[in-house]
Amino acid sequence: MDGSFDPRQFCDTVLERAARCGASYADVRIVRRENEEIWLRTGKVEQLSRDSSCGFGVRVIFDGAWGFACSPNLTLDEGARIADEAVRTARASASMKRKDVILADVDPRVGSYSMDFKVDPFDVPLEDKIGLLKDIDSILRRNEKIKVTDCSMEFWKLDQVFASSEGAYIEQRKIESGAGASATAIEGGDVQRRSVPCAFGGDYAAAGYEFVESLGLLDNAEQAAREAVELLDAPVCPSGENTLILEGSMLALQVHESCGHPIELDRVFGTESSYAGTSFLTPEKLGTFRYGSEIVNITADATLAGGLGSFEFDDEGVPSQRVDIVKEGIFSGYLTSRETAAELGLPSGGAMRADGWDRIPLIRMTNINLQPGDWSFDEMIADTKDGIYAANVKSWSIDDKRLNFQFGTEIAWEVKDGSLGRMLKNPIYAGMTPEFWGSCDAICNQDEWRLWGIPGCGKGEPGQTAHVGHGVAPSRFRKARTEGAK
Amino acid sequence: MNADKVLSIALEHSPADQAEAAVWLTRSALTRFANSAIHQNMLFENGVLKVRAVFGKKVASGTTNRLDEPGIRELVDNVARMARLVDENQDFVSLPKPVAPVQSVKAYRDSTANSTPERRAETVRALVAESDKVGATAAGSFTVQSYERAVRNTLGIDACCRGTYANLLTVVTAPDGGFGYAAGTSADVDAIDGRAIGEEASIRARDCRNPVGLEPGEYECVLMPYAVADMIGMLGWMGFGAREYQEDRSFVCGKLGTKIVSDSVSIWDDGLDPRSIPSPFDGEGVARQRVDLVKNGVATGLLYDSYAAHKEGKQSTGHAPWGRAGNLIVAPGDASVEDMIASTKRGLLVTRFHYTNVAHAMSASFTGMTRDGTFLIENGRITTPVKNLRFTQSITEALSDTQMVGRDLKLHRSALMPALKVGKFRFSSATEF
Repeated sequence: MDGSFDPRQFCDTVLERAARCGASYADVRIVRRENEEIWLRTGKVEQLSRDSSCGFGVRVIFDGAWGFACSPNLTLDEGARIADEAVRTARASASMKRKDVILADVDPRVGSYSMDFKVDPFDVPLEDKIGLLKDIDSILRRNEKIKVTDCSMEFWKLDQVFASSEGAYIEQRKIESGAGASATAIEGGDVQRRSVPCAFGGDYAAAGYEFVESLGLLDNAEQAAREAVELLDAPVCPSGENTLILEGSMLALQVHESCGHPIELDRVFGTESSYAGTSFLTPEKLGTFRYGSEIVNITADATLAGGLGSFEFDDEGVPSQRVDIVKEGIFSGYLTSRETAAELGLPSGGAMRADGWDRIPLIRMTNINLQPGDWSFDEMIADTKDGIYAANVKSWSIDDKRLNFQFGTEIAWEVKDGSLGRMLKNPIYAGMTPEFWGSCDAICNQDEWRLWGIPGCGKGEPGQTAHVGHGVAPSRFRKARTEGAK
Repeated sequence: MNADKVLSIALEHSPADQAEAAVWLTRSALTRFANSAIHQNMLFENGVLKVRAVFGKKVASGTTNRLDEPGIRELVDNVARMARLVDENQDFVSLPKPVAPVQSVKAYRDSTANSTPERRAETVRALVAESDKVGATAAGSFTVQSYERAVRNTLGIDACCRGTYANLLTVVTAPDGGFGYAAGTSADVDAIDGRAIGEEASIRARDCRNPVGLEPGEYECVLMPYAVADMIGMLGWMGFGAREYQEDRSFVCGKLGTKIVSDSVSIWDDGLDPRSIPSPFDGEGVARQRVDLVKNGVATGLLYDSYAAHKEGKQSTGHAPWGRAGNLIVAPGDASVEDMIASTKRGLLVTRFHYTNVAHAMSASFTGMTRDGTFLIENGRITTPVKNLRFTQSITEALSDTQMVGRDLKLHRSALMPALKVGKFRFSSATEF
């Protein structure tokens, strides 16, 4: 988008063309995204890249069916051509429809919004950013058994315009930042990894470089490396039924997989069934199904400051919201779009997001949060006679209705008579979603609660990656199945 | 602007000691359907330029989709600026030089490039008609792509190709808990038979109604090609890249030249096989070589990009980035799926896996679920569909007990796979459907 480009005029041209072609509804999104990634692999810069992508996508309803087309060329002629293509694909969709698309009402908004940040990460000198990663790396590699390290940071800048045939015109800007590191110890055919602060390349937030500096990577690197080495000689996690305490970043992924995905109403209605699957949380369960124990309260909250799943408006122009998902253990709400919400007679919950200009919006997680309980972490450990405390994600898998899951973690410790004991390696735990959440009998308090950011949530065809958040505090589950990976 | 012009501008403008430019021009269409109706239908076009700049041992890269001259120059300048600032990577030797001539492959079909949304809807309609016959509904996707790829560097790499790709997949859902999967891939959209794919999935869904629960445990297993493709792809991911091997993180470490699976199993990667979706060069423009990974059960090879190859004084095998397999093939045997079923006393037939992930990389162990067509075999015949099961299994251990290899190869995405019968597969738990 150069200085002469008038986004308002462009959007008007596209929307008028779509209407002239017979579209009953149209929206256009212009998106410019910049990304910077720095990755040190065992002390050497493996990846230093800066990517940018810009273009627009047009979504239309014609004869009650959806069509979408997009292009990187932001000219008025191209806008008109792409509007034609979108209507053409919608016409083909209409030839195989079973019912007309109906959208829940939304108040068309006009405005410009920018999410808060302190330090633009793209303005921080590259030497400073690489310098920080090198410092972390040198701490991780002090122990000679650490053979591989990964230290990385990544930043995104998103500028977006949304305009609809209903009169919405919304400009949004967002900056996201994150970083992480891991140390891998290798000896005698055994490979053990510890990450700081979490796996998946670290923790991320809708914030500036100040978030990277707040992560305490330098302070925690030595412990991560030490634990990776100690894991080489640790006993394998025992098999059996155990009381399980999950650390925050592991619990964040547990929430993601066993709650976040099954509450996506498009999955529930079957539109992802041939790919990622459907959901066990079918509509007749809404308001009555016991998802978890009475202390389990889960919200979908796109309004949280700094959340990777936070925004002002979704990609249908619906304002961000906080929605109850599980209330005192009862399944209470979904993530919805205008189309899916209308099928339940509800207003949209504002969860539609697209991975760039060349993808259609899908229902995506916002910040799916387990609300804090009453326990301090020390109290929870002290209250546990015999159990396992497991931390940081290593492996994950769940069935296509989101019931049967299995996770591996980087590390675990025995809990014996109210104290943390021996370190355990290769921990795996498994279960069925409602039983697992039904066995939750303790959740740590607000002091232990942290909003984690996951920038790699995959969904849809063609594949889309969403940035989502999960606020959690360590929690305890009874009678979980554990074993050690071999 | 065409690919040649984009690459010329990028390389001519670069001030770097060595420079590489790669461009992808794509036109892709996708029709998704669910509940037997089209719910998502899209066309997307894009062109992306990637530039890599090298000053001595300093390397940086970047991409843009602004392919006019100012956009290209801006990217080249930014990447050069970053490369000058970064520390030297002592393990970096050079961008690749040509290893072998890039072969010409027949990867492009006009029929696919000129396919229309109306044509995609017709194919989906034929598929859905098959599911209607068994009182079921169909969901799935029909992807149709055409692309032009070109890579050039200042050391003589100059590769370009164009190609097409079509893939139709479906999950048919029958009443009473029946699910059936089928899929088809081809460079030629006209070779995608919606009716046949619909029929395969619909029969499977019909036969899969009212599944019964089965006790987890070890079972003989007949793995259909869809499941084999997932499993062998996971094996390639876990250990056949040279980078993992060099870092002592591969299950192949210390085992090259030794037997790791049954001698009836041979696996290779070949981007030039015309039965697959050919891909004549990798992301660095290096000609893809056929690499035998497992020959008659013996681990024989690894996949190299230029970075890993230069560390060992070798040449890239054409598997950049990161030594990833692109066109895995398992050698066919002489058995039919019917032979496999007939030889099974008590075991399972698994159509496909779902959400597979590494459980323990050094033992090549993976976990996941069965999905969309799991059946119990008793005394040589299929007796009942079963509810889906979770497995956690070492792939090399399973392949060490390979009892039969299918004679027909199925192209699934870019992999050519037979059905396999293995003597033991460990299932650890079950789900509710």
